[in-house]
Amino acid sequence: MSAPLLEVSDLAVRFGEHQAVRGVGFAMGRERVGIVGESGSGKSLTGRAILRLLPTGARLSATRLAFAGIDLLAAGADEMRALRGRRLALVLQDPKFSLNPLMPVGQQIAEAYRAHGRLSAAEARQRTLGMLDAVRIREPRRVHDLYPHEISGGMGQRVMIAMMLAGDPDLLIADEPTSALDVTVQAQVLAVLDEQVSRRDMGLILISHDLDLVARFCDRVLVMERGIIVETLAAAALDEAQHPYTRRLLAARPRLAAP
Amino acid sequence: MIEARALAARFGPTTAVDGVSFSVASGEAFGIVGESGSGKSTLLRVLAGLHEAWSGRLVLDGVPQGRRRAPRGRVQMVFQDPYGSLHPRHTVDRALAEPLAVHRVEDPAPRIAAALDAVGLEPMHRFRYPHQLSGGQRQRVAIARALILEPPILLLDEPTAALDASVQAEIIALLQRLRRERRLTYVLVSHNLAIVAQLCERVAVMQDGRIVEELTVAELRARTAQHPYTRELLAASQGYMRRHTPHPNPLPQAERGLGERS
Repeated sequence: MSAPLLEVSDLAVRFGEHQAVRGVGFAMGRERVGIVGESGSGKSLTGRAILRLLPTGARLSATRLAFAGIDLLAAGADEMRALRGRRLALVLQDPKFSLNPLMPVGQQIAEAYRAHGRLSAAEARQRTLGMLDAVRIREPRRVHDLYPHEISGGMGQRVMIAMMLAGDPDLLIADEPTSALDVTVQAQVLAVLDEQVSRRDMGLILISHDLDLVARFCDRVLVMERGIIVETLAAAALDEAQHPYTRRLLAARPRLAAP
Repeated sequence: MIEARALAARFGPTTAVDGVSFSVASGEAFGIVGESGSGKSTLLRVLAGLHEAWSGRLVLDGVPQGRRRAPRGRVQMVFQDPYGSLHPRHTVDRALAEPLAVHRVEDPAPRIAAALDAVGLEPMHRFRYPHQLSGGQRQRVAIARALILEPPILLLDEPTAALDASVQAEIIALLQRLRRERRLTYVLVSHNLAIVAQLCERVAVMQDGRIVEELTVAELRARTAQHPYTRELLAASQGYMRRHTPHPNPLPQAERGLGERS
């Protein structure tokens, strides 16, 4: 029996006296796990703690934090850097802050390819164009040479996903990947994510405030409130939620159908 | 209450609003939906008198509006992010006293107390600074400030978009109650069809600076929209439909527990 893709147990993140995340534990394989909660619930910190990308001043502790059997708590800075981008990838809400504004987007994806393997410039370019096509960018050759400010938000997010997929990661952590996008564009970006996660048989952690989105996209949902997991649900059984906080989140969803 | 004919607004060479006409009756709530760049927020800024480069005919509360409009007492606006619209170093008291001072209202203290009470804030919130309040409380302050001069028209630009879902529901309920109690006329701009449907009776759908369709909320709920763009918005608002099936057996049941507190 091989190790689960990710094991987290008794994870805590502290800022001085403040316990931002407490006693968080879950294990996952190559499946889709959603983490849902409101601002301050600790959902984003949990995602970042797994990558050990916490803001300065944050203190991380856990009884176990392991990725594919590798103890992330014991891993050195070099080992973590090698894991990030290659086997573990992160997509954030706004691509504008994650892309280098001074470099054409194609070059940034090619750099990711070259960082992960010994590729010639021509090979990296070929793979980049293939990846832009895979994330449904219609004119890969034209978009390849554009700067981040010349592309739309939806295209920027697809470029980010392309860059993260360049390392062929085993686990993708997506933190509010579509929250900054218009609804019709959200659907396009989610379709790309849906297809790529399935095709590559990756694990996915989708972090969002949007309970409906998480339930539809994932297999399982962890509901967080004030730093702890208050409830774990099969995505299909969302309506059977027991915890009052989850019930409140469910009730607060604005509905078009009913007044 | 609001009569707009062939409104247009420009940002330098760009036409943001391109010949928009609509009318809103007294006490009615009118929604404007569209995506980024549709011109919906610029249109609202024209109504608020915050955007000068506009043309067309605009009548608010019976008064035709000129190009440069100083008196904004009849129309007030609530913005998406109360953090950006409240001065960080002014207390709630000062934020609410300012419009009263500008309009030389005598004895402002009881008016401020009443305004806080009307939006569900406690007297203790009066001398707090914006950073000492939650997002929902800040938006309540912004609504209190907009209403303190008792304007008949309230313009709402994505008033709940920056808030958590449970807080969003509270602010929507507050806006519903205030409209009922004070017979206010609302114009609400949002990208969220469900929120527009909760607050409004009629909706205009904007795309590329124009209103492509106007429909009642009943028609919106029944999804009888005609225009392809409205249909696209309706389809997208149903949420993403996963195409790839759930993983057959990601992890044996026994290994799932690992300290989960459920």
